[in-house]
Amino acid sequence: MLTIDNLKKHFGSVKAVDHVNLEIKEGEIVSIIGTNGAGKTTLVNLISGYIKPDSGRILFLDKDITYAPPYVRIKLGVGRSFQLIQLFTNSTVLDNVRIALFSKYGMIRRGLLPADRYSSVTDEAIKILDSFSMSDKKNLTPKGLSEGDLKILDIAIAFALKSKLLLLDEPTSGVATNDKFKVMDSIVKAIKKEGISTLIIEHDMDIVSGYSDRVIVMHEGKVIAEGKPNEVMENKEVKATVFGIVS
Amino acid sequence: MWIIYTLNGLYFAALLFLISLGLNIILGVMGILNLAHGSLYAIGAFIAAWIIITLGTQVPPFFLYVSLLSGLVGVGIVGFLMEKSLIRFMYKRTLEYQLLLTFGALMLLEDVIKMIWGGQAYYASAPFELLGKVDIFGNVYPAYFLFVMFIALIAGLLIWLFMSKTKLGIMLRAISLDREMATGLGLDITGLSTFAFVLGAGLAGLAGALVVPTTPALLGFGHEPLIFGFIVVVVGGLGSLKGALVGSLLVGFTRSFGIAVFPEIELPLLFLIAGIILVVKPEGLFGR
Amino acid sequence: MGLTGMVKNPRWIVYSLIFIALLFIPRILSIHDLMLFEYGITFAIVGLGFNLLLGYTGLLSFGHGAYFAAGAYTIAMISKYFPQAYSLEILIPAALFFSMVLSIIFGFVCVRHTKIFFSILALSLSMLLFALLFKLYHITGGSDGLRVPLPTLLGMSFKGIRRPEFLSGTYYYFLLGMFSVSFLVMKGIVSSPFGKALQAIRDNEVRAELIGIRVRRYRLYAFVISGMFVGLGGALWTFVNGHVTADLSHWVFSGEIVYMTLLGGFGIFEGPIVGAIIFTYLKLYAMGNTQYWMFVIGGTLIVLVLLLPNGIAGAFAGLWTKIKKVIEET
Repeated sequence: MLTIDNLKKHFGSVKAVDHVNLEIKEGEIVSIIGTNGAGKTTLVNLISGYIKPDSGRILFLDKDITYAPPYVRIKLGVGRSFQLIQLFTNSTVLDNVRIALFSKYGMIRRGLLPADRYSSVTDEAIKILDSFSMSDKKNLTPKGLSEGDLKILDIAIAFALKSKLLLLDEPTSGVATNDKFKVMDSIVKAIKKEGISTLIIEHDMDIVSGYSDRVIVMHEGKVIAEGKPNEVMENKEVKATVFGIVS
Repeated sequence: MWIIYTLNGLYFAALLFLISLGLNIILGVMGILNLAHGSLYAIGAFIAAWIIITLGTQVPPFFLYVSLLSGLVGVGIVGFLMEKSLIRFMYKRTLEYQLLLTFGALMLLEDVIKMIWGGQAYYASAPFELLGKVDIFGNVYPAYFLFVMFIALIAGLLIWLFMSKTKLGIMLRAISLDREMATGLGLDITGLSTFAFVLGAGLAGLAGALVVPTTPALLGFGHEPLIFGFIVVVVGGLGSLKGALVGSLLVGFTRSFGIAVFPEIELPLLFLIAGIILVVKPEGLFGR
Repeated sequence: MGLTGMVKNPRWIVYSLIFIALLFIPRILSIHDLMLFEYGITFAIVGLGFNLLLGYTGLLSFGHGAYFAAGAYTIAMISKYFPQAYSLEILIPAALFFSMVLSIIFGFVCVRHTKIFFSILALSLSMLLFALLFKLYHITGGSDGLRVPLPTLLGMSFKGIRRPEFLSGTYYYFLLGMFSVSFLVMKGIVSSPFGKALQAIRDNEVRAELIGIRVRRYRLYAFVISGMFVGLGGALWTFVNGHVTADLSHWVFSGEIVYMTLLGGFGIFEGPIVGAIIFTYLKLYAMGNTQYWMFVIGGTLIVLVLLLPNGIAGAFAGLWTKIKKVIEET
């Protein structure tokens, strides 16, 4: 469903993404691992349209979206969450999700009736919050939430866009160790239910091997290995570059 | 005639350079757009005019020219007081409050000028007349305008040397590049910010002092230069010293030739050119 | 809202009571005070529009005087060049139209930027209009400005009636009607999905873009709507004032618009309305009592910025929350 073809993005002399090829199939959960600065986040930024590549192509559902603006990608079904939480800080939890739904349905041009009048959207937002066990916090603002809840809300917004491909940039960073699996469980449950393809950037190897169908390893902007989680972990080059184990 | 227009353009540019340099230093180092900058310029003009009138013709002409520095010093002091009493509380506040505070300061200063110097005009043309006129390729031109260009050139060179060669200047540039990093490096941000504000204010005062021998100081003296200063900053790029120079030349020449060719719409013409530059290059010529 | 919603929400009961009280104001206030109040109401419409941009979209314009002037000069120019069309039902739509056109042109340049750059650009562009109004004096009257006669309304002519009578009679109710409509429309806008999108842009531009909001375009929408409200305020103000000058487009006048909005509090929907009315009285009081009124107003502004950053309405709202808390606890 997503095909990345020879994608390149350099920042000056830093080769953030260097001629990367990869493919994600329908319903697949793929993790990208790699050291800091391996180019993982840049890759997600390129796919989501946050930045534009130097060269190469990005195809999504057979459409070329290499240089498409973000709103076009979202219409097609590419949504993302953020490593550093990006929320609408002065709006309630409910509104954070609702605004994504309004945007997805092309309703943000409607300027006269109060948002509350669109009760089907409100109901849907509550349902989404429910699936992340967040609906009891719907009237709080992000200031009143724990780090784990903030992270889940960030993902719930991406989820509300009804993406066919979800890009999750370190969904458990900043979440207390005890909560990490709880967070991932609720995310993956929701993803699996809708059959969404997912690309996850993650550091925690337990999470990577626990939740992904396939792992891609990046190093200095290049893909150096990919395969099933257990295969990749055994790869010598991966061990050396990512985990610093020299055997 | 074209030589005169060119010289006039350079003269406008010289004054604008001093004004926008001050605006840009304050903007770069403190992140604050000083709406009261025009009032500081006006205070410089009034101080210099007042001293020149007081000194009169009893002193050797040399002292009259030195007295123009009173604009720099006097407004530097005003700037110091302003920074210490008001601006310093604004660094962590949002844009709205920063702008409104300097807007309040503008209203306050306008009336302080009225309180001290009253509503009447101050004529202080002695330095202008004493220098007389010079002949440039068959055109008669006031030598004082050349003097102003010379001073602006010197001031520009000094600031450039200061910013690129001295430790203090390099620290100021570090803050303007990345305030958080500069804090991390342990720079004395409070002290340096005060210094930057005093310097920026002083330059505005100097510009005001340099103008007053050619035009009487009046209430609302700083309104127009402030707007020109803004245009220079916008066209040249926020916080860029090079932008201040190029922007001043551009605005100065546009204004001078605009007055010559389209005397009624020289201002709109200027805005039109500035607008085109911004549509083509939204961050300004040297903006980051 | 509807009737049932009004009963459920005490806010609407307060609004309705205030509206009823406003109907009787001409009987209570002297002509002089009523005129001041009318100035206040026109600025309240301006404040509502301005705050869509500042409070809800997060853009601080220091050049909204331009759209005020657009509305005001529409009236003055029509009276000078097309007197046969000098009727409120034509004038108001015309003022809305020209302030819309101007804010589309200026807004297009401005919304490519945010923060200080946006503010300076908006300011500079308003000064462009100022320069034009000032320099083209054979058309616009320059610094002397233009006088504005009384308009007709739906065939009603006010010939032979003096301005104060006009202002305390028909025009007051017309103004009140326009204000009420503006209030309801703006209230609708800020709570609608569109309004939520603007607030999303204000809170987090990056995320807004990446949930599919076309940030720049929505900023332009907000800019234009805001400009039209301000233009409407300018047009209505013109009849109260009877005279327009180029100063309306000067950035210092724009600064006063920002001032009122902050005075009332831009974090609250009603804040700019409160601010506009208090500012009108404050300015007149200062001007009437000292020649150094700018000192008083500027000083007040500084104190406000330092001590009451949420404005007067904001301070009351904060106080109210505290009182409610105390009552709940006891």
